[in-house]
Amino acid sequence: MLEVSGLTTKYGAISALRDADLTIREGEVVGLIGPNGAGKTTLLGSIAGLIPVDSGKITFSGADITSLAPEKILRAGLALVPEHRRIFSDMTVEENLKIGGVTRNASERATLLEEMADLFPVLRDKWETAAGYMSGGEAQQLAIARALMSKPKLIMMDEPSLGLAPILVDLVFDLIDTLRTQGRTILVVEQNATRMLRAADRAYVLRSGEVVASGTGSELLERSDLFDTFVGR
Amino acid sequence: MSELLQNLIDGLGRGSIYALLALGVAVVFGIMHLLNFAHGELITIPGYVTFWAFNNGWNWWSVIPLIVVVSILSSLLIERIAFSRVRGSKDFTMLLTSFGVHFIVSAGFLLYVSASVKPIPRPDWFAKTVAVGGLRIEIFDLVVIAVTIVVLAGTTWLLQRTMFGLALRAAADDFDTARLMGVNSNSVIRGAFALSGFLAGIAAVFWIMREGQVTPTAGINPMLQGVLAALIGGLGSLRGAVLGGFVLGLAEVLLRSWLPLGIQNLTTGFVFVMIALLFIFRPGGLLSVPQVERV
Repeated sequence: MLEVSGLTTKYGAISALRDADLTIREGEVVGLIGPNGAGKTTLLGSIAGLIPVDSGKITFSGADITSLAPEKILRAGLALVPEHRRIFSDMTVEENLKIGGVTRNASERATLLEEMADLFPVLRDKWETAAGYMSGGEAQQLAIARALMSKPKLIMMDEPSLGLAPILVDLVFDLIDTLRTQGRTILVVEQNATRMLRAADRAYVLRSGEVVASGTGSELLERSDLFDTFVGR
Repeated sequence: MSELLQNLIDGLGRGSIYALLALGVAVVFGIMHLLNFAHGELITIPGYVTFWAFNNGWNWWSVIPLIVVVSILSSLLIERIAFSRVRGSKDFTMLLTSFGVHFIVSAGFLLYVSASVKPIPRPDWFAKTVAVGGLRIEIFDLVVIAVTIVVLAGTTWLLQRTMFGLALRAAADDFDTARLMGVNSNSVIRGAFALSGFLAGIAAVFWIMREGQVTPTAGINPMLQGVLAALIGGLGSLRGAVLGGFVLGLAEVLLRSWLPLGIQNLTTGFVFVMIALLFIFRPGGLLSVPQVERV
């Protein structure tokens, strides 16, 4: 479904990402782990069209999406839940969700709003509240629901559990599980490596801008040589 | 007392026009951080079209929609020709670009039309007044205030209730994230310029009626008032821009009536002193948008 090959992204002279390859098949939950500064966010940003790519190719459902504008990539069916959630804080929960469904027609948007309210009861309770007043856990759910409003074929999440209390981290992973049972395809960047490896079908390990390992979650958990990469979790 | 009421209405009338101009400045600033010093051209250009129209037998009823349409088209055209090329540049680059647009437009009229004042007939109801209680109120002020209320209510509806409005607000809050949600950057920016042009067009109708003339530099004053009002209200805040417009209008009228006779022509100077004081105490303006780093 998503094929990234030889992706290189530079900030000035520094390559944040070097020759990265990554494949995601339909229905998979794929984790992307690695220490801070490994290039995980850069990789997601490059796929989503936020960060200009220097070389390499990204294809999605057979179409070349390299260097397209973010709004075009979203329309191709690829949604990103950005790092730090970046919800529209002055807008209500409902308005945030509506923006998530901006590419859908009015009746489809109404159906999706209902779906999100069912999937995330906490959002239903805060429907008319300005999103800026929500707690971190609620805001994270809103950010994920907002991305789902576009009916993406693939949803990418950047550090969804960052800064959340342990119980809310559980909630995020439960949510990923729920989405998996709905048959959705998910790419998750996580700092919580062991947890992610247990939740994911497959994972990629990124270090200093390079993909240093990949495999199923259990395979990677066995790899003692990657211990340094996981340390600190 | 009656003098105060009279001044309040007068000030609200002036403030209405400033509010429309300031809101247009704020809409564009919110979305692309461009402080548009060419906003006054949206009055100059329709001003000359109005002059042409009256020379060709048009009357006010047909000229009014013409002014609004010309203002919207000018706004879109200026975006297309000039501002689309500096999108995402440093704020200062965009600011200078808008200065450039202002100078090119006014130089164009100076060179190719005339440096002299072109008269425009005022509508016959312009100078009429109505007596309410002990007050004599200019019909013009009442019309301006009423139309502005309707336009502001319509704009509020647009921003709160339509998908375009939501997209505009989202993009003003966080442009990249709005694009990640699928908001089309071209449409939302052009939409912002169209809205800004529409608001300036309504203001232009009243401005041109009141001035009864047009010159190549006719846009400077309305631009200054609009930008100042947006700054007073707090750049980036749409409510602030409207509030700033009314505050500026009222301040001008009240100061002119309160200042001793000999120094009344210093009103503008006093207004600037007040604005300076405001910025000392509230550097972000009245309804400043808090610049918190979102985490």
